[in-house]
Amino acid sequence: MRRSIPIVAATLGLALTLTACAGSTDEPAADATATPSSDALTVWVDETRQDAVAEAAKAFEAETGTDVELVLKNFGDIQADFIAQVPTGEGPDVTVGAHDWLGAFLQNGVVAPVELGDKASEFVSTSIEAFSQDGQVYGVPYAVENIALIRNTALAASAPATWDEAVAAGQAAGTRYPILVQTGVEGDPYTYYPLQTSFGAPVFAQNEDGSYTDELTLGGEAGVAYATWLQAQGAAGVLSTDITYDIAVEAFANGESPFIIGGPWMIESFEGLDLAIDAIPSAGGQPAEMFAGVQGFYVSAQSDNALLANDFITNYMATTDAQVALAEAGNRPPAFLSAAEKFADDPIMAGFSTVGATAAPMPSIPAMNSVWAFWGVTEANIISGAAAPADAWNKMVTDIQGAIGK
Amino acid sequence: MSTPQPAVVDTATAGSRDGGDAPTKRRPRTADRSHARDFSRGFVVKLVLMAVIDALGVYALFAAWNAEAWGIFAAMAALVLVANWVYFSRRALPLKYILPGLAFLLVFQIYVVAYTGYVAFTNYGDGHNSTKEQAIEALLIQNERRVEGSASYPLTVLADGDDLAFAIRTEDGDVRVGSAEEPLETVDDAVVQGGTVTEVPGYQVLDRQAVLARQNDVTNLRVPISDDPEDGSIRTQDARTGYAYTSTLVYDETADAMTDAATGTVYTPNDRGEFEADSGAKLGVGWRVGVGFENFTTAFSDSRYAQPFFKILLWTFAFAILSVATTFALGLFLAIVFNDERLRGRKVYRTLMILPYAIPGFLAALLWSGMLNRSYGFVNQVLLGGAQIGWLTDPVLAKVAVLGVNLWLGFPYMFLICTGALQSLPGDVLEAAKIDGAGRWRTLRSVTLPLLLVSTAPLLISSFAFNFNNFTLIYMLTGGGPRFADASVPLGHTDILISMVYSVSGIDGTASKNFGLASALSIIIFIIVGVVSAIAFRRTRKLEEIS
Repeated sequence: MRRSIPIVAATLGLALTLTACAGSTDEPAADATATPSSDALTVWVDETRQDAVAEAAKAFEAETGTDVELVLKNFGDIQADFIAQVPTGEGPDVTVGAHDWLGAFLQNGVVAPVELGDKASEFVSTSIEAFSQDGQVYGVPYAVENIALIRNTALAASAPATWDEAVAAGQAAGTRYPILVQTGVEGDPYTYYPLQTSFGAPVFAQNEDGSYTDELTLGGEAGVAYATWLQAQGAAGVLSTDITYDIAVEAFANGESPFIIGGPWMIESFEGLDLAIDAIPSAGGQPAEMFAGVQGFYVSAQSDNALLANDFITNYMATTDAQVALAEAGNRPPAFLSAAEKFADDPIMAGFSTVGATAAPMPSIPAMNSVWAFWGVTEANIISGAAAPADAWNKMVTDIQGAIGK
Repeated sequence: MSTPQPAVVDTATAGSRDGGDAPTKRRPRTADRSHARDFSRGFVVKLVLMAVIDALGVYALFAAWNAEAWGIFAAMAALVLVANWVYFSRRALPLKYILPGLAFLLVFQIYVVAYTGYVAFTNYGDGHNSTKEQAIEALLIQNERRVEGSASYPLTVLADGDDLAFAIRTEDGDVRVGSAEEPLETVDDAVVQGGTVTEVPGYQVLDRQAVLARQNDVTNLRVPISDDPEDGSIRTQDARTGYAYTSTLVYDETADAMTDAATGTVYTPNDRGEFEADSGAKLGVGWRVGVGFENFTTAFSDSRYAQPFFKILLWTFAFAILSVATTFALGLFLAIVFNDERLRGRKVYRTLMILPYAIPGFLAALLWSGMLNRSYGFVNQVLLGGAQIGWLTDPVLAKVAVLGVNLWLGFPYMFLICTGALQSLPGDVLEAAKIDGAGRWRTLRSVTLPLLLVSTAPLLISSFAFNFNNFTLIYMLTGGGPRFADASVPLGHTDILISMVYSVSGIDGTASKNFGLASALSIIIFIIVGVVSAIAFRRTRKLEEIS
């Protein structure tokens, strides 16, 4: 009996090993056994959108007899996971995603075009434009979002027209911060972009049809003027790299500033405040144009259920009810016109839509991936005074060009 | 003995305990009294466990078969066969003990290392993400355009034996039917109900389930509109509506070349895994190919990487060595202090000392990054009276902060192993030193420390290897920042090699992905850690001669 103990121990070890191996093979296996037999549709969703998609999926399941399997993913992980998993055949049939992922998706050949047909005209035109590349549409949009100036009406009665007016109004209000812009040590070029465009320095040149080219336009005199302005604001203490998203939102919610530059996703943190949504004040004299971000559904290029996937997103997600549900879940204005109308009376959502009416979609070209890492940190270093504005800005342009050119 | 006994104390004596007397107690084994054929209760237990394992294995085999994952299928089959042979054979005694570990090693180490090695020699990354077939497929679907101004047609899928066909209804109400070979032709005697075609003579109308069963055939079907290819062809994505498309790219399989139908440009595969025209123009989607040692040379020769690489290499060594040295020094000091029997309440102190060890490392690092914030952090606000010290934004202070936080995180471990080792020191040696007239300092230096190092040195080496790759701390505390002001890649002063690999791989979304380069760098790290550990272990062997 005594000598069987090691055997038992070893066997247990092996059992564990094998279950571990089985565990690693389980996932694909489960998918595979389910997919061919019942034609289940695998959809990746994030937490915010899960319930809304599940609701629309019920109708789809009832009408087509197809199971929809929702896989909960962290929104930030979806892009990388989708690119990595689609070629292996382990990816989903459909995923939620942002339009600016499209460039990388196309470059890696993981996304299939969607034919919306006549339905295309039922969407906000920016949203279709954002999901288009070379005349083809690659996703069904469900939400359009952009940032704006959120104003606490108790602290500031009217909307400021320029940045200096905003700062003056903020100082007059006697709060701790004249205006809040989330920054952090890594910078936040997305939030700062309207301020940059007001100096006439957008990130990439656009073709006549609105598509972006690889040509950088954020350098030059306009860019340096913006960098110099950033430094001055940092030195004056108006902008600071210590203000992270959390700190900015909390300070605004506590009434420590009349203004914050931010998006609809902040609104639920500001319960109890009387808010107005205004255009972002111009700092450099030209209109402050922000990025429009569009969210939608993509279909995998390797999907075995292409028919079901297209059917699901074009005929079940592009409906008024589904889009209203998604808008309510994510607090973002819907991309479907008939659904957007339902929110026309909502001052917050309508406010963001009005401000974003002129917004251009965030570039989705692959080169955009090479921009973020340099852009934000340079802005942060200029604001904190760690770098000289003109030199740092010009070096950043060179570095980005190097990263794109590789 | 209230202190937890660390494993180190055991390892020193384990060898003699097992190897020495145990086998002699066993009865001599004869051919027919094999441990494998001993039908005792142990055998029954073994039989049951093996049955469970086999059942799991067979389940995994079926699953792999269904998923058509042949690599996994073969590996699983081999594992199950070997397991059965080992545990039922008479001759495989050593393997019975080795096999579980070996299986783990194969699955979790060897396979991963081999795959990393393979990726390091490819250009896997953004733009070279998949196989050539998938790249061709992606290029073709990306370059299929809907005929401008063409209508959308209500569509019905038909079957003619095994072949599929489409029936569409044109705007003027005609029904036209065609298949892959036969262009669309008007059919007069088709039945239309509610706008869709429900019956076509000579064809079987497929219901939804039948269509779904052949999804890929349906979406891949192109029905030419006429004999002229310029007119395009009908295809559908949802089997309800058809649209007319033309392809701008055509793939010729025999010539292995892509032709642009509009301009006539011919693209052929180059050795970088892309389709390239004579003019140098390339098509957007590429595939994975081997690139030899290019990734390894890039790390050193690309001027954008080379300079930061050596800075980071230097800091990685400094960080790993200093981390081990500081934590060990503090841990040892505290262990000696709390080992003194004159100290009251030692248990309480010891328990308190272990607290940082109980907090998950990534959480602690995250907390510290908040506490070290320049304007709002606890350290500046409360401890330093509102001083605006850039703990995480100044290059030197950031390094100090990283080492400090790692000291806070790491000393309890060293404290534990030192306490354990101290308590197992033979009392007679210390007493002999006392009798010989050695003072406290002399005893510590010449007796305690050498004896202590015999058992702790291997742990110090593994601790070095751990800190060499202490990604969590760097990522959660500083994110590698503050950024190098003079480098042209997004790397910073506190980046260590592993966080550099993470940043280069592009998984964090701040750069385009380059898994090939990242794999090459991680192999370089592996070699460095391996060499350092090998040298260190060789030197510790000299220590053992002392005892």
